[in-house]
Amino acid sequence: MKTQYIGKPVSRVDGLAKVTGSAKYSADFKVEGMLYGYIVSGSIAKGRIISIDTSGAMSLKGVLQVFTHENVSGLPWFSIKYKDMDAPTGSPFRPLHDDKIIYSGQPVALVVAETFELARYAASLVHVSYQEEDFTTDLVKNMDQSYKAPVGKLGYVSPKSRGNADEAFDQAAFKMSGSYQHGAEHHNPMELFSTTAIWENGKLTVYDKTQGVSNCQFYIGNVFGLAYKDVRIISPYVGGAFGSGLRPQYQLFMAVLAALELKRPVKVGLTRQQMFTFGHRPVTLQQLQLSASTDGSLESIKHEAFSETSRFENYTEIIVNWSGTMYNCDNVKLKYELVGLDMYTPVDMRAPGAVTGAHAIESAMDELAYELKMDPLIFRLKNYADEDQTEEKPFSSKELIACYREGAEKFGWTKRSIGPRSMREGNQLIGWGVATAAWDAFQAPARAKALLSIDGKLIVSSGTSDIGTGTYTIMTQIAAESLGLKIEDVTFKLGDTNMPLAPLEGGSWTAASVGAAVKGVCEDVKKKLKKMAVKTKTSPFYDTSSKDIVFDSGIISDVNDSSKSISIVDLMRIAGVNSIEETSTSGPNPINKMKYTFNSHAAVFAEVKVDEDLGIVRVTRVVCAVAAGKILNPKTARSQILGGVVWGISKALEEESKMDHQYGRFMNHNLSEYHVPVNKDINDIEVIFVEEKDDIVNPLGVKGVGEIGIIGVAGAIANAVFHATGVRVRNLPITMDKVLQIAEDDKNQVAV
Amino acid sequence: MNSFSYNKAHDVAEAVADIQEHEGARFIAGGTNLLDLMKENVMKPAHLTDINRLDLADIKENEEGGLTLGALVTNADTAWNERVEQRYPLLSKAILAGASPQLRNMATNGGNLFQRTRCYYFYDTATACNKREPGSGCSAINGINRIHAILGTSEHCIATHPSDMCVALAALDAKVNVTGPNGDRTVEFGDFHRLPGNTPHLDNNISQGELVTSIDLPPSNFTKNVFYLKVRDRQSYAFALVSVAAALDLEGDVIKDIRVAMGGVAHKPWRRREVEESYIGKVASTENFRALAETMLTGAVGFGGNTFKIELAKRAIVRALNEALKSGENL
Ligand SMILES: Cc1cc2nc3c(=O)[nH]c(=O)nc-3n(C[C@H](O)[C@H](O)[C@H](O)COP(=O)(O)OP(=O)(O)OC[C@H]3O[C@@H](n4cnc5c(N)ncnc54)[C@H](O)[C@@H]3O)c2cc1C
Ligand code: SF4
Repeated sequence: MKTQYIGKPVSRVDGLAKVTGSAKYSADFKVEGMLYGYIVSGSIAKGRIISIDTSGAMSLKGVLQVFTHENVSGLPWFSIKYKDMDAPTGSPFRPLHDDKIIYSGQPVALVVAETFELARYAASLVHVSYQEEDFTTDLVKNMDQSYKAPVGKLGYVSPKSRGNADEAFDQAAFKMSGSYQHGAEHHNPMELFSTTAIWENGKLTVYDKTQGVSNCQFYIGNVFGLAYKDVRIISPYVGGAFGSGLRPQYQLFMAVLAALELKRPVKVGLTRQQMFTFGHRPVTLQQLQLSASTDGSLESIKHEAFSETSRFENYTEIIVNWSGTMYNCDNVKLKYELVGLDMYTPVDMRAPGAVTGAHAIESAMDELAYELKMDPLIFRLKNYADEDQTEEKPFSSKELIACYREGAEKFGWTKRSIGPRSMREGNQLIGWGVATAAWDAFQAPARAKALLSIDGKLIVSSGTSDIGTGTYTIMTQIAAESLGLKIEDVTFKLGDTNMPLAPLEGGSWTAASVGAAVKGVCEDVKKKLKKMAVKTKTSPFYDTSSKDIVFDSGIISDVNDSSKSISIVDLMRIAGVNSIEETSTSGPNPINKMKYTFNSHAAVFAEVKVDEDLGIVRVTRVVCAVAAGKILNPKTARSQILGGVVWGISKALEEESKMDHQYGRFMNHNLSEYHVPVNKDINDIEVIFVEEKDDIVNPLGVKGVGEIGIIGVAGAIANAVFHATGVRVRNLPITMDKVLQIAEDDKNQVAV
Repeated sequence: MNSFSYNKAHDVAEAVADIQEHEGARFIAGGTNLLDLMKENVMKPAHLTDINRLDLADIKENEEGGLTLGALVTNADTAWNERVEQRYPLLSKAILAGASPQLRNMATNGGNLFQRTRCYYFYDTATACNKREPGSGCSAINGINRIHAILGTSEHCIATHPSDMCVALAALDAKVNVTGPNGDRTVEFGDFHRLPGNTPHLDNNISQGELVTSIDLPPSNFTKNVFYLKVRDRQSYAFALVSVAAALDLEGDVIKDIRVAMGGVAHKPWRRREVEESYIGKVASTENFRALAETMLTGAVGFGGNTFKIELAKRAIVRALNEALKSGENL
C-alpha cells in the first residue's frame, strides 16, 4: 500500500479556516432575533440572598427579563438530575435554584436584553442583599477535617499500598521527607465560555463551547425535562478548554433557561472574571518520605496528599497512585484525602492529579539522590520499574529508558556537575534538573459513521470535539489511510449530537478511542467495496479472491498485478451504487486491559538560570523525550508537547489563582494578574518522540499526547533550581521571593 | 459598564470647558486604563471628553534646552523617538519595560501619569477598598499584598502607582504642564502624585477639571550611565514588583551626580534627592551603592506578602547602579 498519511506531519486541515476567521466558535453564531444574557455574580462566599432588587434593570427599555431564584421554577428538585457524565460524587450545583450562596462568584441572576451592552449595563443595576454566614476556604487551616476520597468519579481509582513502608523507612540508611504545596489554577482557555440556545418547534438547538456535546445533551435533557432527541448540541470549534469544558458550565444552563422561557434565541457568555467561578485545579498539600539502601535501591515510598474540594461534591484525581507505579519499590504507603471548603468544586485540568503528584515525587527522588550523592538520572535508572507493581501486570510497552537516553544525550546531561551552585555565568547560577512523567493510555468506546459517495469523496463523522489538539487532522489522516484515499477527498466532521456518540474529549484518549472507530468504520466500507469488486460482473476483479485487492489513492488494484485496477468511483458506477454508508463502534479490548497496564511516559530535562541577587528564575532549555506509542502526526503531536512544556514552565514559575481567605474569593481574576508565560519567558524547547511499538494498547498503537508533555516539567525545573541555588522550593510556583528565602512567612523551604 | 455621554473636543479650551460642564466627567485618551475600569464598574463617569483630537501630539525642543513631550504622544512614539533615545535613554528604557507593544501604541503620555493602581481589591467591586470607596476599608493590608507598597503607606491604603514611565520622569526632574479652569500651571514631578495618607481616593494633586497638556524634560547629562531595572514575575507584560531608574554622571569613578527612583514600592515614584546628594563626590562602588540602598529603604514596612520587597529593592538598586556604571551595555 502506497497511500500513507499516518505518521506524517500533515498540517492542520482546519488551519485555513482558523487563520482566516471562517471557523465559527460558539460565540460567533448569530441568529435572527437573538437576545443577550449577562450573568450577575454573587459577591459573598456563603449565606443567603435576602432580596434581589431587579427594578432598576427591568425599568430599562429593551430589558426582557431578569431571572433569579425567585422567578425560576418548574426545574427538578432532585440534584441528581443535574449530574453530568464527569460529575464527581455528591450533589451538583444548581444555578438559580434557591436563596443559598455556597461559593463566591456564584451566579445569582441572569439579565436578558436586546443588546449585549444593555444587558451588561442592566446587570450593574441589579442589587442583591445578603445575609452572610461563616465560611472557610483555606486548606491549610482545615487539615483536621480531611476524609478519605470516595470512589465514583469517572476514572478515579483508590490508591493501593503494599509491603511495610513505615518499618522500611525507619530502618533505611538514606532517607528524605518533604512537604510540597500547590496553589490553585484556572484553565483560562483563550476562548471564553459562550452558549447560544434556540428553541423552535419543540426542538432545542444549542451552540456551545464544550469538550463533549453528548454530555451537554444529557445534562440539558435531564435538567429541563426534554427528550434527548429534541436537544441538539453543536460545537464545531473550541478555542482551548484543558478540562474546563468537560462539565457543562453554567452559561449553558442560563442560555437554555432563557430561550425556553422567552421563546427567542438567547446568547450568554462568561466574562474573564467569571472564568474564575466554576472549577479549578485544587490546592494540594503533599507529604513525601522516601528511603533507600546504600546502593541506591528504593526501600520505601510514603506519599500522602490532601486536596480541597467543595462542600457539595467530592472532586477526586489520581495524585499518589503514581508513586506506586513510577519506580520499583516493595514498600509503598499511599494516602489521599479531601477537605471540603466553601468554594466551587474543582474540575479536571490538563493531566489532573499526575502533574501534581509528579512534581512532588520527582522532587523527592531528586532530594534522595542528593542524600545518596548519586546522579539523579542514574538513581532513576537504578529503580526503573519494569512492570506495574501495583497491579502486578506488565506494561503493554514502556520505552522510558529510551526517553532517558535520548533526552540526556540531546541535553548533554553527562556534562553536569553534581553539586548545587557548581555552575554559573556571571551572576546567573545555572542548574540542570531531570524528572519523569507517566500518564494513562486510555481507550473508551466510540462510534463513527462513514459516507462514501459516488464522486469518491468520503465524509467521516463522530460526535467528538477538537479542543485545538488536532482531532480533525488526525482523524482525516486515519480515514484516508484506512480506505486508501487521497487526503483531499476526506472530510472529518465532529462536535454535533446528530453524529454518532463519542466519549468526552479528555484524558488524552480521543486519538485512541475515536481513531479506532474511524479506522473501524473505514475498514467496513473497504469490505463492502471489495465485495462489490468481486461480485460486479464488469469489474476487473469479478470472481477473483478479495484477498489480493489493495486500495491506494482512490484506486483499487491487484496486489500482484498492478495493471488490473479500477477506481473506486468507476467501481461504484458500474455496480450502480450511489453511496456507501457504514456506522461502527470500537472499544477497548477487555482481555488486554486485564492483562496489561497502559501508560505513556516521558523524561524531561531542564536548564534554569537563576539571578543570584534577585532570585529571578528563567528556563533556558527544556528537552522532553516522550514514549507515547505510535505518533499519528509528528507536527500536531509536537505542538501538544510544546504546549504541555510551556504550561509546565508556567506551573513551575508563574501560575497561581490567589484566593483571599477573608472573602473566600479568587482575586487575580484577569489575565493581567493571573500570570502565564509570555513569549519572552519561553526559550529552547526540544521534543523527542522515541520509537515505541505497541500492538496491545489499541488497534492503532497510539497512547495520546495531550497530557504527557506537562507532567514532568515542574519537577525538572524545581530540581534544576535546587541544582542552581541549593534552595529547595517545595511550594509552587517558584517565585523570586521563595528562591531568595526572604519571604518571612514561608517556612516551606530549606537551604542546603 | 454604565451609560455615559460623550464629546470629542477640538481644542484645549473646548476640552477644559466640556469637562467643567458635566458632572462626573473624565477625559479619555488612549482608553487603555479608563475603559477597563469602566467595564469592571470601578469608574463610572457620566460623561467622557475625548481629547484625542487636540493638538498635543508633538515632541518639541523647549526653552530650557530640553524636550517637551505632548500629552497625546503615545508611549511607543515617545520611547522610539530619536531625540528621546539619545538625550533621555532612561525614559525610553522605562517606557519599553512597561505593558506590551499593543498597549504602548495606544497609551498616551498624559494617560500614563493618571493610570490607577493594580491592587486586586481596587478592581473588584465585591471587596472593600478605600481608594474605590472611601471609608469602606483596605482589604489588602490583611489580604493578598505581594504587589503592594512598602514605603509611604498609610493604614488606609498600601497601593502602589504602577507606572514605569513615571519612575524615569521622577528621576529626570520632569515638570508637568496643566491647563484648567483657572488657567495654566506647572507641577514639579515630585509633587504630581500623592501618598495615600487619609485620602487614598486621591492619586495625585491634579483636579478633575485640569488637563495635562505636556511634560517638560530639563536638559540632562544622564545620557550614558543609565539603567532601568524592572523586577517582575515574568519577563514581559507584568507590572514591577520593584523597579529602579538609575542614572550616574561620572568623572572617572567619582559620582558628579546621581539619580535613583523606585517604582512598585509606593503610591508614587519613590525618590529622595537628599540621599542622592550625599553620594555626590563619592566613588561609584558596590559598597557605596549598597549603603545608598539601605538609606533609600529606611522606614520601609512590609505587610507579609510584600515584605520580601524590602531586601529585593535594596538589591535592585545595587544591581541597577552597577549596570548603569557598566554604561548599560547589556540593556
Ligand atoms: C494589561 C496592561 C498592562 C500594563 N502594563 C504596564 C506596565 O507594565 N507599566 C506601565 O507603566 N503601564 C502599564 N500599563 C498601563 C498603561 O501604561 C496605561 O494604561 C496607559 O499609559 C494609560 O494611557 P491612556 O492614554 O490609555 O489613558 P486613558 O485610559 O485614556 O486614561 C487614563 C486616565 O487618565 C486620564 N487622562 C488621560 N489623559 C489625560 C490628560 N491629558 N490630562 C488629564 N487626564 C488625562 C483619564 O481621564 C483617565 O482617568 C498596562 C496596562 C494594561 C491594560
Ligand atoms: S491598598 Fe489601597 S487600593 Fe488596595 S484595597 Fe487597600 S485601599 Fe484599596
